[in-house]
Amino acid sequence: MNLSNHIPILIIAIPLLAAFLVPLIGRINKKATGILTTLALSVSLIFTIALAVKILTVGPQVYVFGATSPSLTLPSGLKFPIRIMLQIDAMSIFMGLITAVISFFGAIYSLSFIKKYDGVDKYYSLLLLLTVGMFGMEFTGDIFNFFVFLEIASIASVALISFRGVDYGEPAEAGFKYMMVSSISALMVLFAVGIFYGQYDLLNFAAIASMIKYSQLDKIALGLLIPVLAMKAGAVPMHMWTPDAYSEAPAPITMILVAASQASLYALFRIVFSLYNISLNALTVGWIIIIFGLLSMFIGVTMAIVQKDIKRLMAYHAVSQTGYMLLGVGVGLAVLANPVALQKYGITAMEGGIFHIMNHAMYKGLLFLTAGALFFRTGTRDLNKMGGLAHYMKYTTIFFIIGAAAIAGLPPFNGFASKLLIYESVYRFNPLLSIIAMVVSILTLASFVKVFHSAFLGPKLPQFKEVKEVPRSMVFAMAVLSCIIIFFGLFPDLIVKNLVHPAVMSLIEQLQYTGTVLGGM
Amino acid sequence: MIGNLPYIAVAIFIGLGIYTLMFKKNLIKIAIGVCLIENGVNLFLITLGYKKGAIAPIYTQAPSGQAMVLPTPQALTLTSIVIGIATTALILSVAMMIYKHYGTLDTDQVRRLRG
Repeated sequence: MNLSNHIPILIIAIPLLAAFLVPLIGRINKKATGILTTLALSVSLIFTIALAVKILTVGPQVYVFGATSPSLTLPSGLKFPIRIMLQIDAMSIFMGLITAVISFFGAIYSLSFIKKYDGVDKYYSLLLLLTVGMFGMEFTGDIFNFFVFLEIASIASVALISFRGVDYGEPAEAGFKYMMVSSISALMVLFAVGIFYGQYDLLNFAAIASMIKYSQLDKIALGLLIPVLAMKAGAVPMHMWTPDAYSEAPAPITMILVAASQASLYALFRIVFSLYNISLNALTVGWIIIIFGLLSMFIGVTMAIVQKDIKRLMAYHAVSQTGYMLLGVGVGLAVLANPVALQKYGITAMEGGIFHIMNHAMYKGLLFLTAGALFFRTGTRDLNKMGGLAHYMKYTTIFFIIGAAAIAGLPPFNGFASKLLIYESVYRFNPLLSIIAMVVSILTLASFVKVFHSAFLGPKLPQFKEVKEVPRSMVFAMAVLSCIIIFFGLFPDLIVKNLVHPAVMSLIEQLQYTGTVLGGM
Repeated sequence: MIGNLPYIAVAIFIGLGIYTLMFKKNLIKIAIGVCLIENGVNLFLITLGYKKGAIAPIYTQAPSGQAMVLPTPQALTLTSIVIGIATTALILSVAMMIYKHYGTLDTDQVRRLRG
């Protein structure tokens, strides 16, 4: 009974246990719920870091429930090994780190942010369940298990989006929209699971990957999976839920929702790369993903410019930034069958796209938290009603500048590092794509200059006389995220070499993924 | 042909569900549409595991030599049904909240979020 062997499941189990403990503790003491949540998520964070170290030094980890070996036979002669496994490689743990960091700081930020609402214990319980769902989606090696965790994450996030729906109509409306989107996508995922099971009699990602023939049915499954996962990730033209859900959820939840959409994005990449990989018509599917990316980038940013609601504006930027990830990884996929081009720029493009996932989670999280801080003190999200807030909220202003500079891709912040990787490599694939990406980046800067100008600059306004800096826990969460952004911006090499490159390689090399599971077969 | 009937039923279920989602304006009817799709997918899973003349997959009580239907799709379906109940309950409770604030379930009028 060595604890370190059970780390993968503990990362999921501890928040799950805490999620059901929180309402019980809430009966006794409301304040303790937040502390318990933070504690559980901090344990998860520590375990995730420990697991990351192990995976990056030793190699992918497999954690098996049920039958220890795929050919296990019962004494009675029944040969029916039932096993579900967690399979964690460099890419999974890369996403797991994002989830762990974001949910931990989301919980810390919530300590002050959520205090004035009723039902705090339910809020924390759902937050923990959302985290469990995300971890599960990222760590699982079983496609049906993926569906289950997808539903856990969806149900928890819908309840959290409509958390303020008791008092206002809009959050309920946004929640309904997101519920529709997620239940339809989950059902389509289940249908694809059925197609795989019907053909191969398997549910394990790696086992299916080793058998996959890219038959007509596999094409149908792919055709079901790509749009629904892109929809959950908020790519244009299936982005209609994103601005509503992101703007109506409480700020820390919006930040975690960004990470949840990225978990869907991860699933998309996992299915395209690890499940189909070389059997796929990589150029066509790559271009489909590139076109999703281009549309998201451009339509996202143009819709963002005209917004007056600060969180709605940022939500459209989230759509736009998702486009960068899809673009980078799409280019990598398009040249997957061409080893020369893959070595020359495909891997760099994917590094850019994957690195952008982490950067995006950090700076977009920070920006949503600053928007939440403004809402917390002023009670409005309308940019036209704000002004001169830099006089009252000095820290928030600094954090906002850092986040805005990072999303616009200014050096020395992290957005610059990943965007530069994408520009450079995509230019060698197709110069036009790179130019569009740069134009979008400039428009992003323009729109954030507008936000900065209308919210923070200007004379002191009489209605905000009472406004002061937000409480300490909120400042702390924002400060740490800012430090991470600056650190990634100053030492991008360190991150790309140690975290991002192994993640990209584990996506590209399908045999490595299947081999870790099927090695003993 | 007759063996394919369940698959045709699956297609009808899912088709009706998508039709309901796209063309009905009442939130409760939309919830029904989601349920229809869910039933279609569940029926699809169950059909995959079906075997003609086979018995329920209880290993210890089966007479030897008798074919059994596949247990895994049934386990999957059971999980999916449970999840479906949670989803439906959540959809309906959110619809209730919407009705409380907007006074209507018509999607044309539940449109405060736009732009």
